[in-house]
Amino acid sequence: MNKREFLKSMQGLILFFPAAGVLSALGVDVSAQETSGAGAAPPPGAGYNPKDHLYGMGIEIDKCIGCNRCVEACKAENDVPQDDAHYRTWVERYVIKKDGEVSVVNISGSAAAAREGMPEDTDILRTFFVPKLCNQCVNPPCVQVCPVGATFSTEDGVVLVDANRCIGCSYCIQACPYGARYMNPRTKTADKCTFCYHRVRQGLLPACVEVCPTQARVFGDLRSKASRLVRFARMNKIHVLKPALNTEPKVYYAQLDGEVR
Amino acid sequence: MNPESTARLSEMLTQVTGFIYPNEIEIHWSILIVVYPYITGLVAGAFILASLENVFNVEEVRPTYRLALLTALSFMVVAPLPLLMHLGHPERFYEILLAPNLTSAMAMFGFVYGWYLMGVLLLEVWFEFRRDLIILAQRAPAPMRWVYRAASLYSNDVSAAGRAFDDQAIRIITIVGIPSAFLLHGYVGFIFGSVKANPWWSSVLIPIVFLMSAIVSGIALVIFLYMILAALRKEPVDMRCLDTMTSYLFYAVIVDFTLEALDFTHRLYESEESVRILGTLIRQKLFMSLIVLQVLLGMLVPLAILIVAKWRKLGDDGRRLLYFTAVILIQLGIFSTRWNIVIGGQLFSKSFRGLMAYKMEILGIEGFLTALGLLVLPFVVLAVLIKVLPTRPLVEEVHTPA
Repeated sequence: MNKREFLKSMQGLILFFPAAGVLSALGVDVSAQETSGAGAAPPPGAGYNPKDHLYGMGIEIDKCIGCNRCVEACKAENDVPQDDAHYRTWVERYVIKKDGEVSVVNISGSAAAAREGMPEDTDILRTFFVPKLCNQCVNPPCVQVCPVGATFSTEDGVVLVDANRCIGCSYCIQACPYGARYMNPRTKTADKCTFCYHRVRQGLLPACVEVCPTQARVFGDLRSKASRLVRFARMNKIHVLKPALNTEPKVYYAQLDGEVR
Repeated sequence: MNPESTARLSEMLTQVTGFIYPNEIEIHWSILIVVYPYITGLVAGAFILASLENVFNVEEVRPTYRLALLTALSFMVVAPLPLLMHLGHPERFYEILLAPNLTSAMAMFGFVYGWYLMGVLLLEVWFEFRRDLIILAQRAPAPMRWVYRAASLYSNDVSAAGRAFDDQAIRIITIVGIPSAFLLHGYVGFIFGSVKANPWWSSVLIPIVFLMSAIVSGIALVIFLYMILAALRKEPVDMRCLDTMTSYLFYAVIVDFTLEALDFTHRLYESEESVRILGTLIRQKLFMSLIVLQVLLGMLVPLAILIVAKWRKLGDDGRRLLYFTAVILIQLGIFSTRWNIVIGGQLFSKSFRGLMAYKMEILGIEGFLTALGLLVLPFVVLAVLIKVLPTRPLVEEVHTPA
């Protein structure tokens, strides 16, 4: 049997069987990986020790296509006001021209600038999208300044707000260098991204990560070697936002441009 | 979210220039938070003026001693109101007193305020007025008599030895009180100066600038009140006292101006990442309130007026008129300083790429009328205090027959 004959006889297998089999096998594999990526949080009831986990997120700039599904999913999942002034996560579009001019737009809003397409300009040097969210800092300035301790870091590395304790002074909003916090108009307390803590504790992924069609967002446990986030950090040169402020963000960007603040 | 605030926010959105983080559209610290440091500044300044007489034995300013003390007290009792009204959950304010987060500058509010009000101001006021309260209780008719008796805490020692003890106590309280007054307002400055995310605020000089501008505004306010009170009572103004106070005012304005100029020059010279957006902020948003009101009308013009009043050997009437104009302009300037720090610090994006807009409400709990009410309220409290407690000239009348 020469090579041509062999390939012909295997045609069915190569073309059809793997298409179904490998993909379904991959699918199982991917979801299994993602679950372990989310920190292998066991189902509720089983002993979950927050000290065993440290959650973070990786964002691969080059994979983001600016579809805003993460923003929609976040707003739906977390009951974020459906307006242009309150976001737990949003996507910025950077257009850098040859003369060095930088224009940035929040493409998650309904403003005209956000809806129009890319300018038909030959002067464009480079352009990209940057998803933003709470950086879940190791040294969070918001937690430092909260006068009543309503905002706090969990042992598994998520910064949360206790809406039953927050007095609504807005100091944390002033202290956040990333504009990640807002005053919830319904509860009149500070609000922000929680990494979908309610989902993560169930072993699920944050809503934005779950819906991202290009896997530009990677969620994981920094304490688990098998985590997708640790792999992400191994495979990419990573950078964080405003490192000079020593907040030590746990949202890591790959291919982050120097223009991004 | 109510449709009104949605409409307001989308209107604000049209006034944004450049790029801002989307959550930054809302200005969280409103006019009420401008009023708060302005009022605490007046407390600290008035108290420091009162202390001059006690600790440094400046006899010339004695006629304003009690007035300054009562001014400090009246503004002190109003000071927490703007903060309280600004909170999203004012009913939870006690959390800040009962369960303070010790790493938070703002959580120190309860300690600093409580200490200053209870440990310094009320105590000093009580020792200062104790003897007069006893005398007043003997003279006043029924309802007020009980008030005076209760206020004197049922003390009835009017002896010279008792008065000497009061004076000794006041002296000790004042010595403790001066650093406390520095703490009170320096701490308010620290709330802003320690926000590293905000380059307009983040400066080690801010607490000191706050303190100096507090002294300026406090002295100016007491001069203003002293002149008004003398006019209302148709009494002559003690020009020696006025000249001394305005001299202190003059030096305080110079130190304040120097510090602010240093801060400005330092920022400009270091020229950090934020320098461009801060320059745009000053040109586009703060030109009127910073360059015109704060620096020109609030500092340079009053300085010129004071120089003219002091060196041109003007008559008493001329000096009084110039002093009065200067202290009003200075108040305007210091209020603008607070505005420029609090509101100015929220008008640029932390992305350093754009500017926001602040549109003050007229009605509404965080609006113009509330702020105006809160600024008038201390004067009402002061009017009541002056009505029931004798300022110095009345005390002498009381003392002579006794």
